Amino acid sequence: MSATAAPPAADPDLSGLPAIIEAHAHLEGALLPILHAIQAEYGFVPQGAHDPVARAMNITKAELHGVISFYHDFRNAPAGRHVVKICRSEACQAMGGTAMSEKVLSLLGLDWHGTTPDGKITVEPVYCLGLCATAPAAMVDGQVKGRVSAEALVAEVTS
Amino acid sequence: MKIYVPRDAAAKALGADAVAAAIADAAAARGLSVDIIRNGSRGMLWLEPLVEVDTGEGRVAYGSVRPEDAAALLSDDLESLGSVMDIPFFAKQNRLTFARCGVIDPVSVDDYMAHGGLVGLRRALGMSSEEIVEEVTASGLRGRGGAGFPTGIKWNTVRQAEASQKYIVCNADEGDSGTFADRMIMEGDPFCLIEGMAIAGLGVGATKGYVYLRSEYPDAIAVMETAVAAARDAHILGDNILGSSHSFDMEIRVGAGAYVCGEETSLLNSLEGKRGVVRAKPPLPALEGFLARPTVVNNVISLATVPVIFEKGAAHYASFGLGRSKGTMPIQIAGNVKHGGLFETAFGMPLGTLVEEVAGGTATGRPVKAVQVGGPLGAYFAPAKFDTPFAYEEFDGQGGLIGHAGVVVFDDEADMLGLARFAMEFCAIESCGKCTPCRIGAVRGVETLDRIGEGDASAIPLLVDLCETMKDGSLCALGGFTPFPVMSALEQFPDEFSGVREAAE
Repeated sequence: MSATAAPPAADPDLSGLPAIIEAHAHLEGALLPILHAIQAEYGFVPQGAHDPVARAMNITKAELHGVISFYHDFRNAPAGRHVVKICRSEACQAMGGTAMSEKVLSLLGLDWHGTTPDGKITVEPVYCLGLCATAPAAMVDGQVKGRVSAEALVAEVTS
Repeated sequence: MKIYVPRDAAAKALGADAVAAAIADAAAARGLSVDIIRNGSRGMLWLEPLVEVDTGEGRVAYGSVRPEDAAALLSDDLESLGSVMDIPFFAKQNRLTFARCGVIDPVSVDDYMAHGGLVGLRRALGMSSEEIVEEVTASGLRGRGGAGFPTGIKWNTVRQAEASQKYIVCNADEGDSGTFADRMIMEGDPFCLIEGMAIAGLGVGATKGYVYLRSEYPDAIAVMETAVAAARDAHILGDNILGSSHSFDMEIRVGAGAYVCGEETSLLNSLEGKRGVVRAKPPLPALEGFLARPTVVNNVISLATVPVIFEKGAAHYASFGLGRSKGTMPIQIAGNVKHGGLFETAFGMPLGTLVEEVAGGTATGRPVKAVQVGGPLGAYFAPAKFDTPFAYEEFDGQGGLIGHAGVVVFDDEADMLGLARFAMEFCAIESCGKCTPCRIGAVRGVETLDRIGEGDASAIPLLVDLCETMKDGSLCALGGFTPFPVMSALEQFPDEFSGVREAAE
């Protein structure tokens, strides 16, 4: 699995962290729900959250790092204000998805996982959104898009 | 007047939310009282957003509806498709698992019960655990996630295991390209999955269930969360379900973007809060699964098919199908296809009939070059193999697999070497890293395919050898099945692997 490319970001105010951990700690297999909740709150998993989470889960910081870095979803720095996820899978390739995604990247001057210098847009690959009969597919800030064109996608996040 | 506008993600991706809002506005402007129901999809995704209007004389369908059509829709000036039932794509199906999907309001327990919901669970509550498992075994139901293992045998292993706590884990990590049946049923008939899991709990003696749902499906997550809460309110979940002495409750857990977590042991590790690495088997998850306790791990469609088996009886379900592939399969037709969507049919329909007749060929109008069946780990089938009946053993006999029954169609512009390279690249990105053939083999596979692309024919035997190693030596299907698309492309399209070509990227 590829590690997140960006260097870790500085910590935000983590005063709400104990409550987040507390709200999920009783669950069986609580770690992923906790990490999701932290990312939902801060936009990424701050370095400063590692110690308290590891302690609450009774695992080492190395184990925690192993878990965070295993999953594509967890970030160690905030994403751009708009996150564009473009499907790279076969069904989208069958409908010109490869050319479409290359065009989006070139229009924005980005590579996969890149964020524009103004911090506005991040583009990430995704391997299937389950929109395979309405390909090529993408997701913008959690909203699904079918039969997308590069121009429409870029216009939506740059306007 | 009732108006049905799907909330299915594929419909939303084509503007269903804007259509629903436009209809509400247009109705308000005329002072019309309309009840807008956000149903699931009927599965004819090329017609989405497919809107149905019920004025009391049956539902009339319109598609694809745009927001600017709202006024015409209300004044009956829009050209209709007639009844959904009469559209050939729909009329040819045998809908058992998906009988309610697109028909009902997905989050209404009353609607669910008015269309046969909970009949199966009530019947199961009157049976012993042994009888429940026997019913599933008699139905011939096999794992719909791809492996095709008999569900009844798996349940019986868990039933007979001794433990203070057992679990039902639903694998909703539907990551295969070309598949969306799990997503559609969770968004269109979530109580069906909940009922199936409750019956599974009764059958094996489990009181707790989890749905491991991929984060790429935010719409499905939202519907399932709502449905679980509604099911608790209606005493379908919780203590003393439906007034019985049995208890069963469940939670929705969200994945974190790892394809390999669709493999059951990797999923269990992830559910426990660990890295999603594959576990060696044995021990089987049925005996040592979630938190080392006996666990049923079943795919969404397997579990969502259980209610209809108990509602209509195992014999009814088993009367559909071909050979050892009993019942029906929700086949997902996708990619470069004219009529894409979900087509539930008895096992046995030839692949070519699905591609040419049901799906109507390619969207681009060009000839079909190949179809990939079963996701990124499934083989490519050239038209020469289109007489293969859609069933487990029959596909296996052709060097392929039906997997989760996704059919992705490519036209004659498809780059088979590029697709073979993508299969290896995908495996390299998504490998959990535990076993060497997958972790290293996939990287070497990309390099070897690049050599072939540069015209180095001596790399072909190396690729074949590498594929053999990955197939025989990998711990799970990710490394073990990646050779299927690669080898099937090489064998059926050797010309594309021989000349000097530009590298795929």
